[in-house]
Order: sequence, then C-alpha cells, then structure tokens
Amino acid sequence: MKRLRYSLWIIVGLAAALFGLFAYQLTQPKDEFVESAMVGEPMPDFELPPAVQDRPGLSRADLADGTPKLLNIFASWCIPCAAEAPQLAALERRGANIVGVAIRDRPEDVQRFLAIYGNPFSRIGRDDISEVQLSIGSSGVPETFVIDGSGTITYQHIGDIRDRDVPTLLEELRKAGG
Amino acid sequence: MIAEIGLAALWLAAALAVLELLGGFLGARDENNELTALVRPAAVMQGVLCGVSFLALVYLFAVTDLSVKLVAANSHSMKPLAFKLSGAWANHEGSMLLWITVMALAGGLIAFIERRLPEKTMMATLGTQAFVGLGFYLFILLASNPFERLSPVPADGNGLNPLLQDMGVSFHPPTLYIGYVGLSVAFSFALGALLTRQVTPEFARVMRPWVLGSWIFLTIGITAGSYWAYYELGWGGWWFWDPVENASLMPWLAATALLHSASVLAARDALRTWTIMLGVVAFSMSMVGTFLVRSGILTSVHAFAVDPERGSFILALLALYIGGALVVFAMRANTIAEGQRFALLSREGALVVNNVALSAILGIVLLGTLYPLLTEAFDVRVSVGPPYFNPVSAIFFLPMLVVLAVGPLLRWRTDNFARIKWPVIAIGVASLVALAVVLVFFDTSVLSLLGMGLSIGVAVASFLPLKGRAIRRVPLAVWGMCIAHFGVALALFGVAADTAFQKERLVAVSPGDTVEVGPWEATLASVSPVAGPNWTAMQGDIFVSYQGGEQTETLPQARSFWAPPGETSEVALVTRWNGQLYVALGNMAEDGRWQLRLWWKPFVTWIWYGGLLIALGGCLALVGRVVSDLRRRKAEQREEAMRTEEAELASA
Repeated sequence: MKRLRYSLWIIVGLAAALFGLFAYQLTQPKDEFVESAMVGEPMPDFELPPAVQDRPGLSRADLADGTPKLLNIFASWCIPCAAEAPQLAALERRGANIVGVAIRDRPEDVQRFLAIYGNPFSRIGRDDISEVQLSIGSSGVPETFVIDGSGTITYQHIGDIRDRDVPTLLEELRKAGG
Repeated sequence: MIAEIGLAALWLAAALAVLELLGGFLGARDENNELTALVRPAAVMQGVLCGVSFLALVYLFAVTDLSVKLVAANSHSMKPLAFKLSGAWANHEGSMLLWITVMALAGGLIAFIERRLPEKTMMATLGTQAFVGLGFYLFILLASNPFERLSPVPADGNGLNPLLQDMGVSFHPPTLYIGYVGLSVAFSFALGALLTRQVTPEFARVMRPWVLGSWIFLTIGITAGSYWAYYELGWGGWWFWDPVENASLMPWLAATALLHSASVLAARDALRTWTIMLGVVAFSMSMVGTFLVRSGILTSVHAFAVDPERGSFILALLALYIGGALVVFAMRANTIAEGQRFALLSREGALVVNNVALSAILGIVLLGTLYPLLTEAFDVRVSVGPPYFNPVSAIFFLPMLVVLAVGPLLRWRTDNFARIKWPVIAIGVASLVALAVVLVFFDTSVLSLLGMGLSIGVAVASFLPLKGRAIRRVPLAVWGMCIAHFGVALALFGVAADTAFQKERLVAVSPGDTVEVGPWEATLASVSPVAGPNWTAMQGDIFVSYQGGEQTETLPQARSFWAPPGETSEVALVTRWNGQLYVALGNMAEDGRWQLRLWWKPFVTWIWYGGLLIALGGCLALVGRVVSDLRRRKAEQREEAMRTEEAELASA
C-alpha cells in the first residue's frame, strides 16, 4: 500500500508542474513576431496577377532578374501599411527597387490606397488567398523581405517600417547586391 | 433594470453557495449540525437564481439592450432573432454564465432528488459542488461581469463573428457545456465518497446516471461541432486536432472510461480507487479545456478572449480544485479497501483494458495539445497535428476495438476462452474478409485498411451479446451498449472510408464548364449575387449528377457580412447514402473564371450517424438504469411497508 501512495504523489507533482508551466506561459508576453524559417532560402515558385491596372503582376522570375529587391507585403485595409508609406517612399528615392504583394484586397481599394499614400512599387501582385504570404513564412501585414538577385530571401522585417529601419534595410539591400 | 436583476440574482446565488459550502462540510463531520438542514434548499435556490440570471441575459440580447456592454460588443439590431439569442452565450462572459448556470442547476437537482447515499456523503458532495461553484461565481462577478453597463449608449452594436452566425452554433456550445459541467457532479460525488470513506457500489450507481447524462451531451456536442466545422469552415475536414477540439475530446475520453469503470464498481464492487480517480480527472479535463480556450494561452481558431488576467484567475481556480482534489486523493486513496478480485479473462478484465487504452489516448491527446506550450518555454515553436495524433492514438485505439468487440461476450469475475470461441471466430472472420476485400480492390494506407476491417468486425460483434437472449426481455441498458458499440463501428468505417477514398478537385471554371470528381459530374450554370438579412453573397448555380444520373441543383455561396465585416463560405452538400458531395465556391480570378472546390467524400456522413448512435445508446442505457432504479426503490419501499405492517400486526 505504501508504494501506491508514492505513485499518487507523482500525479500531484505532475499536475503542479503543469500549473507551473501554465503560469509561466501566462506571464510571457504573447510573441507576435514569428520569424520566417524561409530566410536564407530561395523564394518558392509563384505567379500572381496584377493588383492594379498600371503595374504588372509578380512572379518568381521577376525576383530572380539579377537586381536585389524589397518585397513588401501590404494591404489597403491595414493601418500600419499606411503609416509606413513615407518610409517606403524614402527607400524608393534612395534607389531601392520595391515590389508589393497586396493581401486579400480589391483592385479599387488598392488603387485608392496608392492614390492617397503614394505608389513606390514597380510591380504589385494580387494575393487573394495569402498563398505567397504563407509560403514565405509571413504571419501578418505589413512585412518586408529583402530578396537578392538570384531570388533568395536574405532578410525579413516584421511590422511597419519606421524611420530608424530605413538605413538597416538599405544596408541589407547593399549586402544582397554584393 | 433587467440587467440589475440578473446581477443581483447572481450575487445572491454566490452567497447561497457560501452557506451550502459551510453547511455541507460541517454536515459531513456531524450530520446533526444545525446548518445541515439548509444545505439542500441552498443548492436548489442557487439553481433557480442562476436560471433567472441567465434568462435575464438572454432577454437583454433578445431586445438588443445596447446599454449593456456585452450586448453592444457582441450583437447588432439587424441580426436575426435566433442569432441574437445565441449571441448571449457566444462570448466569454455569457458562456461563463452558462457554465455556472448549468453547474447550479445540476447541483440543485442532486440536492432535490438524490436520497440514496448516506447523508454525510451527500453533505460532503454538495459542499464540494458549492466550493467549486463559488470559484466560478467569483470569477464571473469580479472578472467577467456579463451585466456591465455602457455609457454613453452606442447607436448600434458590433455584431457577432460571421462564422458564429449559424444554427449549429446556437446549440453546439450549450450542449458541450452541459456535458462539461455535468461532470462536476461526478467530481463532487467522487470527493464526497472519498472524504466520508463511502466508495461503495451504491455510490457508483448514484453517480452513473450523471456521468451517462453528461457523456451523452458531450457526445452530441462533439459530433455537432465536428459537422459544423465541416460545412461552415469550407475546408472539407471534420476533425483538425485543434486545441479546442481536443479540449472537448479529453473530458469525453475520461467520461467514457469513467462510465465503464463505474459499471464495474456498481456491478462487482471492483476498481474502487480507479473510479474515484477518473471522477476527479473527468471534470479536471473540463476545467483544463476551459482554461486553454479562455486564457488564449494556445493559438487556435477558437480562442476568443485573450486576456492574461482572466487566464490567471482561471489558472488559480484550476490549481485549487484539481490540485486540491489530487492531494485529497493521494492522502485518502489507501483508506479505500481493495475491491473484489477478478480473473484477467473476464468482463472486468476487458473493461480494465478499455480503461487503460482510453486513459492512454487521453494522455496522448493531452501531451500533443500541451507540447507546443512546453517547447515554447524553451523558445522552440512547433505545431502538433494529425501526423502525431493519428498514428499514436491508433496504437491504443485499435487494441481497444478488439476488446470492445470481445469484452461484452465475457462473463463477470472469470471466464474461459472455449465458451466464447465461436463468436470470437465469427468476429475475426468478418474482419479478415473485409480486410481482404479492401486490400484486393483498393489501394489504401495501413491505418484505413485496419480501420475498415476492424469496423466490420466490431459491427458484427456489437450485436452478439443479444445472441441467446429473449429479445423482448433484453434490458434497455444492454440495447444501449449494443447500439453505442455499433455506432463506434459506423463512425470508424466513415473515418477510414473517407480517408481512403476521398476525391478532391480545385478548379477555375467559367459558366458552362463541366468538372468531374470521382463518380460525379458538376456543371457551373451561372454565378449571381444574392442578399440576406445582414450579408450579401455570390451564389453559384451548379448542376451535379452521380454516375451520369439525374441532375441536382446546388447553390454554394461565398458570403460577405457587413456587421462585423467578414466572409464565410456556405458550402453546398449533396448527400447520398454512401457519402457526400461537397461544393465550395471561391473567389473570381482575374480572367472572370470562378474558383470551385469539389470533394467526393464516400461514407463521410457515417461518422456523424455513428456519433449520434453512440449518444442514442447512452440515452437508452440512461433510461434503462433510471427505470430499473425506480423499480428497485419502489420494491424496497413495498418490502419496508410490509415489514412495518407485519411488525405492527405482531405487536398488536
């Protein structure tokens, strides 16, 4: 009977460990920045139709044309995307080639968004079911990826681009070019 | 005013719970304590007050009283009435009120009708019920008040998540909650029996209908939830091993094990400690499930309220109740005398195997659900899905099915194999023939193959216990067992056949195009806009025919809701006896073609028919048990009356 008693206390111990784990995880801030496992990997194959009339769509081949690019994941319904527009414009002025992927959006809304906040994109692909977004490991909008000339992802920026992020992204682009 | 009445009723109920708690535990020590007389009325009144409080909330949602914060946040004046009502519990605060209401009603009911156990045990049971209830009253009143007012009053509400605007949702959560919370009664009975050292067959008989009742609701709730996810989410799957699905599966597994071990205790006075343990575990799993859903600690499509403060509150309750119960169990378990012994080859032996297998599956599901939480603590992110759950649980599920087939044929206490040789051979032959047929004619995975073979064997086996009995004299409980076991076979066949033979097509089509999927041909006639009360949709008009037969019109929709904005896919289903065609309309592509997703799912409906049969079996067993209990009680009363009469005659 004595042995039975010890094994029962093991159950109590396991339960206590479980509650400890729960308590620890509750106090941890919910981490929303999930880094993509695709950094360092080549872009997967994809082909997106154009999101607006005056810019072409986007495919894997467009990203492997020899010039490094910034790939910006955005949407007209996303407020931080509007907030990062001046920084994207600054990056474009300083020579960055920026392509966009509009996530779950309508052409007329994208058009209106670009009319208000400016259009730094040379190409915009339309991703209605988040297929490209998911395949490159992006978990939200906005996110910005640096893609080198051979179509390999070299850097990921999660969230909106602030002023202080502009030099970092330019530096990453330069590294991807060399 | 109505909101204040609801809140006041809840406070009063909480006060009565304090009284019930004190009276219950004092009464468990000394049944002549003055407070003891108040315990049962306090429990009954709590049920009434909570009922009033819940009805008040439903009324506020029905009239869309936007001065109440919860209504403003979750309802909208334009919503259809049925969804206004279901809005009352399709949110955190409302669902917790539903939780405590069910708990109070169950506690009131046992206080009102249950008189078979020693009074001390009943007092300890009711005290425990009040102790658990009190924590949830405090949680609602202090951290999730559903009746909070809002000032200024908004012009209109936020509406309800479009995924939840569906008849399935109106009944799915209440059904599951009744199941979850009904298990609190088993928990209280188990602790009551443990505290007063009354772990007897009588205790198992008293507890069993409650376990059975909760288990029936859980079974229906899980079955309905699975079907809802299947047609509403538009993914064509019926089980995703999502943490919240697992949260409802774990109490069900524990309750299933408890049901069987309580039967052993009631019939044979064995498995005493084990039954108590399962009684504690079953409701603990309900609470862990609620914690996982409500704290937002796990990422899931179901996690509504992400609020660490509320999470900490529930965690504290969890630690107190589960931890407390386990400590009491560990301290008291060796005061439970060993029950009757039995041979390995006996009904008890088979039920022990069933219990071990169910508990092992429970452990596997629990580990898989919590594993991401564990690794995240070490900064490793993983997601655990079907590749883990399916094969690992199958390791225990398949042997359990063998025992499920053979166990009911065995006698209590001890048996010999020679007696049941022929039925076992019949079951084996049926399984092997089915297996051979599938193996020869189809190319499937090992698990589907074994699943189909075993399901045929179990289907045959489930009715063998009726052999040699006079059909009219078979007790309802035995019918219940046969039908429930047959339901398991049916559901298993559906799962295996759907996995093995499913056909899927994802195509872009223009009106006039025809697509083939399995034995079906589908022709898109047109796509046109339609409008509902609070949504607009693109509706496809698609004609389908099975093996070139008669054409059936299907109308799948892609709906857009405006309050709150959101999109859902209303799939069209064509049901035949041997399966279902699943048609989902997607978006329009650039070139004007429409995305169309078609699945042919052979025998998929059998999964839910099986689930319903399992629940029906439970209902028959419940009715059978209650009726025979009442009969026995009446017979005992008659005997008692005769004895007093005789005594009076003798003394006269």
